Formats: sequence, C-alpha cells, structure tokens
Amino acid sequence: MSVAPPSQQQARIPFYRDTRIIAVLLQIIFLFVVVGFIWFLYSNMMAGLRRSNLLPNYSFLSQPAGFPISESPIPYDPGRTYGYAFIIGVLNTLRVSVIGVVLATILGVIIGISRLSSNWLLRSVATGYVELVRNIPLLLQLFFWMIMSQAFPRIQDSINLGGLLYLHNRGVTLTWMREGSSFGAWLIWIGIGGLAGVILYIARRIQFVRRDRPGVALPWALLLAAGVALVGFIILRISSGTWPLALDIPELQRFSFQGGITITTNFAALIMGLVIYTAVYIGEIVRSGIQAVNKGQREAARALGLTPGQTLRLVIFPQALRIMIPPMTSQYLNLTKNSSLAVAIGFPDLFSVAGTTLNQTGQTVPVMLIVMLSYLSVSLVTSLLMNWYNKRIQLVER
Amino acid sequence: MRRQVLPALATALALALTACGGQTPQAANTPAPATSAPAAVADTAAPATQAPAASPAAQPSPGGRIQTIISRGNLICGVNSVLPGFGNVDSTGNFSGFDVEFCRAIAAALFDDPTKVEFRPLNAQERFTALQSGEVDVLSRNTTATLTRDGSVGLDFAPVTFYDGQGMMVRKDSGIESLEDMEGARICVQSGTTTELNLADQFRSRNINFEAVIFQEADPTFQAYDSGQCDGFTTDKSGLVSYQTKATNPDDHMILDVTMSKEPLAPAVLQGDAQWADAVRWVVYATIEAEELGITSANIGDFAATEDPNIRRFLGVEGELGAGIGLPNDFAARVIKHVGNYQEIYNRNLGPDTPFNLPRGLNTLYTEGGLLYSPPFR
Repeated sequence: MSVAPPSQQQARIPFYRDTRIIAVLLQIIFLFVVVGFIWFLYSNMMAGLRRSNLLPNYSFLSQPAGFPISESPIPYDPGRTYGYAFIIGVLNTLRVSVIGVVLATILGVIIGISRLSSNWLLRSVATGYVELVRNIPLLLQLFFWMIMSQAFPRIQDSINLGGLLYLHNRGVTLTWMREGSSFGAWLIWIGIGGLAGVILYIARRIQFVRRDRPGVALPWALLLAAGVALVGFIILRISSGTWPLALDIPELQRFSFQGGITITTNFAALIMGLVIYTAVYIGEIVRSGIQAVNKGQREAARALGLTPGQTLRLVIFPQALRIMIPPMTSQYLNLTKNSSLAVAIGFPDLFSVAGTTLNQTGQTVPVMLIVMLSYLSVSLVTSLLMNWYNKRIQLVER
Repeated sequence: MRRQVLPALATALALALTACGGQTPQAANTPAPATSAPAAVADTAAPATQAPAASPAAQPSPGGRIQTIISRGNLICGVNSVLPGFGNVDSTGNFSGFDVEFCRAIAAALFDDPTKVEFRPLNAQERFTALQSGEVDVLSRNTTATLTRDGSVGLDFAPVTFYDGQGMMVRKDSGIESLEDMEGARICVQSGTTTELNLADQFRSRNINFEAVIFQEADPTFQAYDSGQCDGFTTDKSGLVSYQTKATNPDDHMILDVTMSKEPLAPAVLQGDAQWADAVRWVVYATIEAEELGITSANIGDFAATEDPNIRRFLGVEGELGAGIGLPNDFAARVIKHVGNYQEIYNRNLGPDTPFNLPRGLNTLYTEGGLLYSPPFR
C-alpha cells in the first residue's frame, strides 16, 4: 500500500510532463535554436561572400592605404598602411573622447548646480539650455556648429587678435610653445621640482596626523614644484642662452599658417557639439544626485556653520557623487560612441577612416569587426575605470 | 508551470520554423549558382581568372538576378542624388540624369517599361556595400572602373558610359593656375572615391604638400569649399562642371586645365552572376550601337521594315540575340524606343541645351575619333 502509489505515480507521469526534465530539455532546445540560427546567418553570409569572391581576408592591413587623412596626432602620409591608418583613427577618436569627457563633465556640473540655484536668472538659463539642447538631435547640432564656423572670414582675412591668435573659417590658430635646445635639461628640473613637491606633501601630511589637526598641503606642494621649475627655467636661459620653451608665433603663408597650432573647425565643431549635448545629460545627473542627498544633511551642515559653498563641496557633493557615478559612466560611453558622427562633418575619426578603408578594399566584414572591437575595447576600459572609481567611493556601511 | 511551458515551446518552435523558412529560398537558390560553382572553386585558387569569368557560356539560368528582378516587377538601381546632370533628384522626387537614364534603359530592356525602376540614392561610401549586400541590382552612379573594384571589391563593370578625368576647381582670385601653385593648400574631397586616392598620388608624385579635408557626403564637401574652408575642390571634371552650377557665385570659380587621372565611369553589378552582368553590358552597348546605326527614339519606327540584316538582328526582328543573355530578343528596340540612343541620352542630360554644355570629347563614336565602340550584335 505504502510502496505501490509512488511507483504508480512514476509510471503515470511520462518524461515530457516531468517539469524537471522539461526545464532542462527546453534549455537545450533553446540553445540549439540560438546556435543554429547564428550558424545559419554565418553560413549564409559566407556562402554569399564566397559566391562573389569576397571572402574575409586581413592581408589588406599591411597594404599601403593611399588615402590622405586631414588631421593626425602622429605623422601620417598616404604611403602608410591601412593598419597604421586605423591607429590614427583610434587616436583621433580617443583625442575627441578624452577632451570631450573632461569638458562635458565640467560644463555638466556647472549646469547641474545652476539648475538648483536660488538665483532665478541662472536657474532659468540653465533650464532653458537643457530643454533646448536635449530636444535637438546631435547630428543636427554638429551641422549647426559646422555651419556657424563657416561664418568666420577666409584664412587670408583672418581676425587677428594681437598677432598671437587668429580666427578664420578653417579654425583657430594659436601661438604655442616650441621646444628650445635646452628643453631636455629643463625636464630634469621639472623632475626635481615634482619630487620636492611630493616630499613636502608627504611631510605635511605626517605633521598633520601628529598634531591631529587638518591643514593645507597640496597647494604648498604645487607651489614648491612650480617654483623649482621656474628657477630651472631662468637658470637654463642664463647658462645656455636660449629659453627651454619658446613662443611659436603663427605666420600667414599663402594658404595656411606656419607655426603655432591650429584647431580645425571640424575638430572644434565636433567637440562643441558633443560637449554641449552630453553636458545636458551630465547636468541632469548632477542635479538628481544632489537632490537625492537627504535634506537633513544640508541643514546639519548649515547648523555647524558651514557656508553654502562649503556645504556643497564638503557635505553634499561627496555623497551625491556615489549616486552620480553609475549613470555618468553611461554618458561617458555615449560620448565616445557618438563621436562616430564625426564622419558627417569631415573629422577623420575611427569610423571615418574605417569607412574609407572598407570602400577602397571591399573587406566589409573584417573592417566592421575591427571597428566594433575598437569601440568595444575603448568602452570596456572606460567602464572598468569608472567601476573601479565607483567601488572606491562607495559608502562603507557597518 | 505547464501554462508557462507551452508558450515557450511554441516560441521555440516558431523560431525553428522561421529559421527553416529562411533556409528554403536559400535552398531554391543553390541550384542556380551550381552551374557557376566549379568556376567559383577555381577562383579561390586563382582569383585572377575571375575577371573574365563573365565570358564562359552564360546559360539563362532560372533563379539568377534577372529572374529575381522580373518576379519582383521592378529594377532597383543605385544612383547619385546630388550630382545634377548625372544623378539628381528634384523636389517632387523625380530622378534625372545621365546615369539615371541607363537604369531606365535596363528597365526598358527587361520590362518594356522604363518607369519600372526603383532608385536608391547612395553616397560614395555606401554604394559598394549596397551592391555587395544585394540591396541594389545595378549601380549606375558615376563610378570609376578600376582593377581593385573589379577584383577585391567584388564588382563587375559594364562598358564605360562616360570617359572622364579628375580635375581641380579653385577660386579665380586665389592666383592658382596649376597644381604646382597649390603648395600647402587645403583641398576638399569626398571619401570613398578614386579621386581621394588620385589626389594623394598626384601630389605625392609632384612632391607638393597639401592638406585634405574629407567628407562622407558630396554636398558638405562642396559646401566647405564654397564657403572658403578649402582652397581647392577635386572630383571628376564632369562633376566639377555640375558643381560649379551649384556654387554661390559660379563665376568666382574656375577649373584648372589639368587632368589628374583617367576616370572611366561605368555601371556595375555584383560579380558572380555572369548572365546579369552580360545583360547590363549589352544594354549599354545597344545605346552605342544605335547611335552608330543612326537609330533614335524618333525614327525607330522607320526601321521596322528594313531589309538590312544587321539592323533586323539588332532590333530583334529576326534572330535570337537577347535569349542568350536572358533578355527578350527585342531588348535593343525597347531601349531605343523608351530611352533613346547614346547621343540622345547624352544631349538630354549634358548636351548643349543643358546648363552644363559638356563637349563630348572622348565620349563620341570611334568613327568620330571617340572611344565609344560596340562589339557587333550578332
């Protein structure tokens, strides 16, 4: 009696109604479907490529590229390889991303705080800015900045600001520093200054701990480092007769400026567009982060006699930061990925170089893979850094 | 639990079915390339043999591109949409231009109706991918025929429809008279073009430093030049003439008297479908042959009763010329009736009555010292 029912039960339930088996079976079927689907897509693609004699091949990477690239942080000429051109693209993308992230963060924090300001004008301007910018597509904004830049005069009639800075419709040409012959020697002085600064900083910190009182260490350390570098600068001028760094004043040639550095309109428009667009989102993150900090914190800080500035800097902001970092990471990643819109306004970023390569070689699949992997690795590194920072500032609860 | 399992099972089944469904047309397609399969195998060993692969006896095989087009009911043609005279779209969405007319000619040959074309505007970078992925049947978009494009990019070029050369546009007041005057100049060029490469080659071989500004789309490229952000603008000479009409002050610009390269512009199809490539090739030849024979859309009716066997064969009155390349026998007659011969196409879009007034130059018949020469229709 007691033995019969289970065996009966077991006999009655076929395997296809046994939930444990079904669960495993379904997962296996699902896995097969997914794998089969991917395999189908892959083999279909390969069959198509084989039919047109276009099988993926990476040998083009070592072939000469043959196309010019308008701006590059390292020397480039069309005789270099496709692989090298890719590196230029990656460097240009990184240049835009890093500068963009830094500027967007600064502008975003200002916007976020202004949105909460008790000053009516400041608050309204910030709100208006946010509502205007975030409701216009980024590509349109990039075109807007590009067209704005065309309103400047032609390079031959540049707007001349004191002979040191020129504005024209190809960009801004600035006076810059040029390394003198004693530049190498000056680097040693900078090293000594830096070392002295670090030592001073550590000594001060130890002193504070001993006295058990807070104090200012960093500004003094920086001042010492800068002082040593300055002394070295003057000594080198006297001893070698040339400045370690000299002013490189731009001079107008027939078609372009010689000397100085030129920030092209394409680059400037891209940075402007990305920073102004991303700063809106960062501003909203900052605002929400600040508002998420308990009101009691502000009141307590004011009760202790901290000024509004100190309250924000020492009490509110450190706590808001914990809330802000994760969404901020997304915005940094967005900015990096949005920089691929550069192709529309003639800045040679990774995507632009890749597009040209794809067009010249016909190697669609390898080129797209390289581009995807490049963006993926840049994004993953950003994520990794931000996650590490996030972990570091996380509140340790007991 | 069972209620949740069933929909999941249904989804999985549906997925599997769709995967199968996706495979069926694939399976139906396989017999078609099967005829060319041995050729494809040989190709992997020696890709050099691919170029003339169009020549092996092209059997009208069901399931090739032509079949797809006919069952779809219209031709999908990749064209330019911003180059007046060659491929341009007006405010009502009508396409016009020299390259566009060749799409119409192919449609006329296939359907006896030149309006059965769907135009896909493509920029210089998109054009090859669109062809490779089968999004367009044929590309007629001022595309220069080169070996790389024929080979590793995977195109098959039809005969050249327009012999062009790369030129350079500069401002009259810039004092530039030759390329040598352009040391240090900034030059606007569109990416994904042969001109982009020629520019680098030409300036490198002449040892002239320059700065290229590269845009993806043609219009921003020219706009940047027009606004003075570049000292020079380079593309095919016919394109320069076309763009000059778009400039804010066309009279401020001039085209340098230098030809930087050979730019034979030709329609192209995806390689691997020899029959379709043949069809496009002979439609182009038909327009040239018609000009040579003096047959136009206006007088084609007069030739209906001709005794000349050459013309009778050409117009499909006798013989079975079209069948060999998968086209109707009277395809040439259809092309001429609906679109016209080469001269008509040229004059309508680029000739003296148009704002471009391009001299025909090399684009005249070989009998008049040009390069247009059609193999015999027999």
